[in-house]
Amino acid sequence: MTRVHVAGVGSTHFGQYPERTSRDLFGEAGTAALADAGVPGDAVEGVFYGNFAGETVEGQGHAGPLAAEAIGVRAPATRYESACASSGVAFREAVRAVRAGDADVVVAGGAERLSSVDTAGTTAALATAADELREVRAGATFPGVYALMADAYFAAYGGTREDLAHVAVKNHANAIGNEHAHFQREIEVSDVLEAPPVAEPLGLYDACPISDGASAVVLASESYVAEHDLDASVAVAGSGQGSDRLALADRDDLARTPAAAAAADEAFEAAGLGPDDVDVCEVHDCFTIAEVLALEALGFYAPGEGVAAARRGETTRDGALPVNLSGGLKAKGHPVGATGTSQIGELTRLLRGDHHNADAAPDATVGLAHNAGGTVASATVHLLEVVE
Amino acid sequence: MTDAGHDDFLDAVAEGEGFYLRCPRDHGSLPPQHVCPTCGSAELVRDALPGEGTLVAVTRIHVGTPAFEDETPYRLAIARFGPVRLTGRLRGNAERGDAVTVDVAENAAGERHLVFE
Repeated sequence: MTRVHVAGVGSTHFGQYPERTSRDLFGEAGTAALADAGVPGDAVEGVFYGNFAGETVEGQGHAGPLAAEAIGVRAPATRYESACASSGVAFREAVRAVRAGDADVVVAGGAERLSSVDTAGTTAALATAADELREVRAGATFPGVYALMADAYFAAYGGTREDLAHVAVKNHANAIGNEHAHFQREIEVSDVLEAPPVAEPLGLYDACPISDGASAVVLASESYVAEHDLDASVAVAGSGQGSDRLALADRDDLARTPAAAAAADEAFEAAGLGPDDVDVCEVHDCFTIAEVLALEALGFYAPGEGVAAARRGETTRDGALPVNLSGGLKAKGHPVGATGTSQIGELTRLLRGDHHNADAAPDATVGLAHNAGGTVASATVHLLEVVE
Repeated sequence: MTDAGHDDFLDAVAEGEGFYLRCPRDHGSLPPQHVCPTCGSAELVRDALPGEGTLVAVTRIHVGTPAFEDETPYRLAIARFGPVRLTGRLRGNAERGDAVTVDVAENAAGERHLVFE
């Protein structure tokens, strides 16, 4: 199996661009990634594209070929849909194609256009990631099901809204200076606690924003990197994926996310690494409680111990394990289908040293990306490492 | 539109004869299922849903789906009924840990769903 390098990364600004189509957004991110890699479009042998709500928001399915033409590539192109983990899954399939020797250069990425419909439309679109028969018809929303997880977590382990507020404060602080971030402003714990409730115990500032945007990465085999003298010092060390029952009520434990744990186990084993080896990570903080559940599933904290990690300063910029130095979904934004490869792009730049927060982890050599779909019925975990 | 299996389950709950599917290893599931989603057993039999369940997680939703726009804010809960957990609207003031019964209601889009009281 060949080593897979992250040869280039690209992203649009994440924000509200109701007038921009997904193809337009992905065209910007994908061509930026190709330029960053120094790879011509005609070298690309496959496009792995993540998108969640194309049918419901834009009336557009069959988006793989559109994504390829948007970046000037004529190669087999497939759209992957796994809710908020769509481009995490697309990235994993792209890694497997190169690792298996089926392709030397591929593009993985994703895009989402969400703000062109009103809040009710977005809420309805996002809710389709839940079980339509048993959850959505009963009034479940995306924040609503995470609120049930938070309620179950508090009941099982304790923790407070103030603990969760520190996650939001941390991630907002990290986004300052990130040119791609939806929000670049500090907030305080009191802002989070006093914000209007969305689904109790979660309020507006416990939730990521609804963002439009796109991201892309170029992957290349070790031989292609050497032959073309690419500057590609970051490689994929391990990949993992897990699934779980779709409806939250059907899970063994409402306060745990075993799909993410399974993905992490697979990625760590493939890389020959463990949680103690990770220097920086980007985790899927669609809600503040989601960051806590992620850190516990990934093995950084025992169940019940992760809720106060940000409050204790362990996961802040200056902590032992900086988490979401990009600003996370919370402040960088969450254009659903773009999030997984956006995390890969942020980690790659942290490890290369050209990230706005690179000085928070100057000696980092291993990064972890955790991307989750729905209430973590889908999860991918990827480990990146500096190779030289 | 009819959703075979799921609608039969809702009909039964509405008539006070709620049921779940049980496999030989006592895993519970809801129809339609051809096999047990936990262990894959094809030997599924109907068993009566307990008359009372226990609330295990509760939220109050302030930004609702379009089908619940007129009722927002509303409460959503997960309740354990024997070997299965159900998701439904929660009426009244019951809290996590309290006992509830289950019935069927319709939202503004005409979709039937479970309600706990």
